[in-house]
Amino acid sequence: MSSVAIPQTPSKPEWILPARGTVGMICLIVAEITVFTIFVVAYIFYLGKSVAGPQPKDVLDLPIFNTVCLLSSSLTIHLAVRALRGAKVTAFGVWWFITLVLGSIFLVGTGIEWHRLIYEKGLTISTNLFGTTYYSLVGLHAFHVTVGLLAISITMILTVLGKMKLQYSEKVDVFSMYWHFVDAVWVVVFTVVYVIGR
Amino acid sequence: MSSETIALGAVAESGRSIGETLHEWVTTVDHKKLGILYLIYALFFLVVGGVEATIMRIQLIVPHNHFVPPEVFNRMFTMHGTTMIFFVAMPLVFGFGTYLIPLMVGARDMAFPRLNALSFWLTAFGGLLLYFSFIGGNGLYGAGNAPDVGWFAYAPLTSRAFSQGHSTDFWSLALLVSGIGSIGTAVNFITTIISMRCPGMTLSKMPLLAWLNFVMAFMVIFAVSPLTAAQAMLCIDRYLGGHFFDTQAGGSAVLWMHFFWIFGHPEVYVLVIPAFAFASEIIPVFSRKPIFGYPVMVAATIAIGFISLSVWAHHMFTVGMSSYGNTFFTITTMIIAIPTGIKIFNWIGTMWGGKIQFKAPMLFCVAFLFQFLIAGLTGIMLSASPFNWQLSASYFVVAHFHYVIVGAILFTIFGAFYYWFPKMSGRMYNEMLAQWHFWLFLIGFHLTFDLMHIPGMLGMPRRIYTYEPGRGWDTWNLLVTIGVFFQAAGVLIFVANLLWSMFRGPAAGDDPWDAWTLEWSTTSPPPDYNFAVIPAVESRRPLWDLKHPEDPDWKYE
Repeated sequence: MSSVAIPQTPSKPEWILPARGTVGMICLIVAEITVFTIFVVAYIFYLGKSVAGPQPKDVLDLPIFNTVCLLSSSLTIHLAVRALRGAKVTAFGVWWFITLVLGSIFLVGTGIEWHRLIYEKGLTISTNLFGTTYYSLVGLHAFHVTVGLLAISITMILTVLGKMKLQYSEKVDVFSMYWHFVDAVWVVVFTVVYVIGR
Repeated sequence: MSSETIALGAVAESGRSIGETLHEWVTTVDHKKLGILYLIYALFFLVVGGVEATIMRIQLIVPHNHFVPPEVFNRMFTMHGTTMIFFVAMPLVFGFGTYLIPLMVGARDMAFPRLNALSFWLTAFGGLLLYFSFIGGNGLYGAGNAPDVGWFAYAPLTSRAFSQGHSTDFWSLALLVSGIGSIGTAVNFITTIISMRCPGMTLSKMPLLAWLNFVMAFMVIFAVSPLTAAQAMLCIDRYLGGHFFDTQAGGSAVLWMHFFWIFGHPEVYVLVIPAFAFASEIIPVFSRKPIFGYPVMVAATIAIGFISLSVWAHHMFTVGMSSYGNTFFTITTMIIAIPTGIKIFNWIGTMWGGKIQFKAPMLFCVAFLFQFLIAGLTGIMLSASPFNWQLSASYFVVAHFHYVIVGAILFTIFGAFYYWFPKMSGRMYNEMLAQWHFWLFLIGFHLTFDLMHIPGMLGMPRRIYTYEPGRGWDTWNLLVTIGVFFQAAGVLIFVANLLWSMFRGPAAGDDPWDAWTLEWSTTSPPPDYNFAVIPAVESRRPLWDLKHPEDPDWKYE
């Protein structure tokens, strides 16, 4: 056997492996969880260590409305994906649009909160350790929301242009995993920053 | 089938201008081309990092030397460490992984070819950013170019007050950017291995190289992400006036150490596990025996992966932790020797009773076994915190980790180059030159790094740019520096051998080593699509089954 051919065996039971998109997204989410863990650890480690400036309990209010909006967007994106799997493109578009609106409300809400903190309370990223850790952690999350909203907007435009089809449901589903992750991280950030840390 | 694929490749290659070829390589998403790009890129930086090491060793050859001023010496050790870890060792292991994993699991490409290209170019851009600091580092008059904060860049050295100009920013951004590339590659490796294996290749029939890179990719995700986060914090401190590592505002310098070493120690295993992977492929083929204890090898690798995530603070014994912290990190560090020892026994078990062929790849792997054992033994010595208090930040530590990184990782990488060069280029390297490379490098390595332990034990600290005569360090430093020139000669022969063989070497054939994994079943070099027909496998050694239909492996596995 000096020349080597490609090994071939007669047909076997069907060979099915997990979908690439799902596996890749899970890996990405695990990496993101690690990044967030480092920021959360830094936040908790530095609680109460600021030597000057405002403390969390002086300036932070519970962002209840924002939180409700963001968390319900997980439900609406799930309904959107389910609609697309059932080939109901219009229903998908409606739920997708509601997700976009809810996510945008969260982002605008964060912007309003930051504006209040910066201009009324005088807390910036360089004011003290609390400012540094707060804006970094909440900002990292808001950055992820922004990336998600960009992707949702692009998909929305494609849907309005009538390009959304049943065959894309798997890709949309993979993206929805990212959005669920962003929501789940918010639960942690909310608990650490606004409940435990305040 | 194989003759058909050769014909297709020949048609595609003919009649190309240099511009077209260049365009093809820059825009490629083919895992084989990207793998080779990683390797060439890493070899370039290996020479650059080697020159930096040589500059340091020339400065230390005699006491009170004036070859370079102290500030240049600081830049050299910072750039040498950063370059060798992030822009030599990482791209080397990623390059081999990118090239080999799809071929070994019988796939036509990685799971995400474009992400693969993005990851490579991010890594390449990171290296350029780091070296651009030589030009762009001078933000202020009198501020130095090139980072000089050491490769682990402890706070507060990295604060604006102590690192003026932009040199530290280039360092931080280079690691941030290449770190994102590394995470992308890790995601790609894991997904390729989970989702792209050819029919019949269950996880327990996967080649060990794929298994070990699988574990390595998880470690990249868990280890490089914290570094990326920490670099983001450092950038916030330096650009936005944050206080993460600013002790005057209540920040903590020790937190940076923790974050860095949470990355830094698993990183050693990120590099050494692919080295294990090369040894696990090369040793069986050149011993003419299947790997001894395949399931135990996999289990030991996973154990190393887990344990290595909980040993980081052994880099910080001298910082002053509680006795509980010291005890915990001493014990975990010692425990990691157990799965590592299992692996060494398995490689010896593979060689035991085999018909060993001492070709260049095997020579490097045998040297690796001995050297990795010694590196592990000094590692156990250093893991005992009282011992560590005496020798931390001395040349003993420098000798220890170079024993791991050069003696184990670089040696197996040289072995891997010789082993897979015929597959990548289609041509055979020159065995005599390879043997010269091996022996020169071996002599140089032992001259440099065996002897380097001794000035460390005699109290010579690392990172000093010169020293007083008459402390018993002089002769040792002279000999250590002489060893560097042997190593440099070896590397020059290596590069010359590869270049010469690339164009003038004899044709290697598809399977020059009579090996057993799938990459040897296709042509050398493989066509763009790797396999004309996706293979199906029934055992861990599909080509053995094919060559020995009367006694296939699957009967016994």
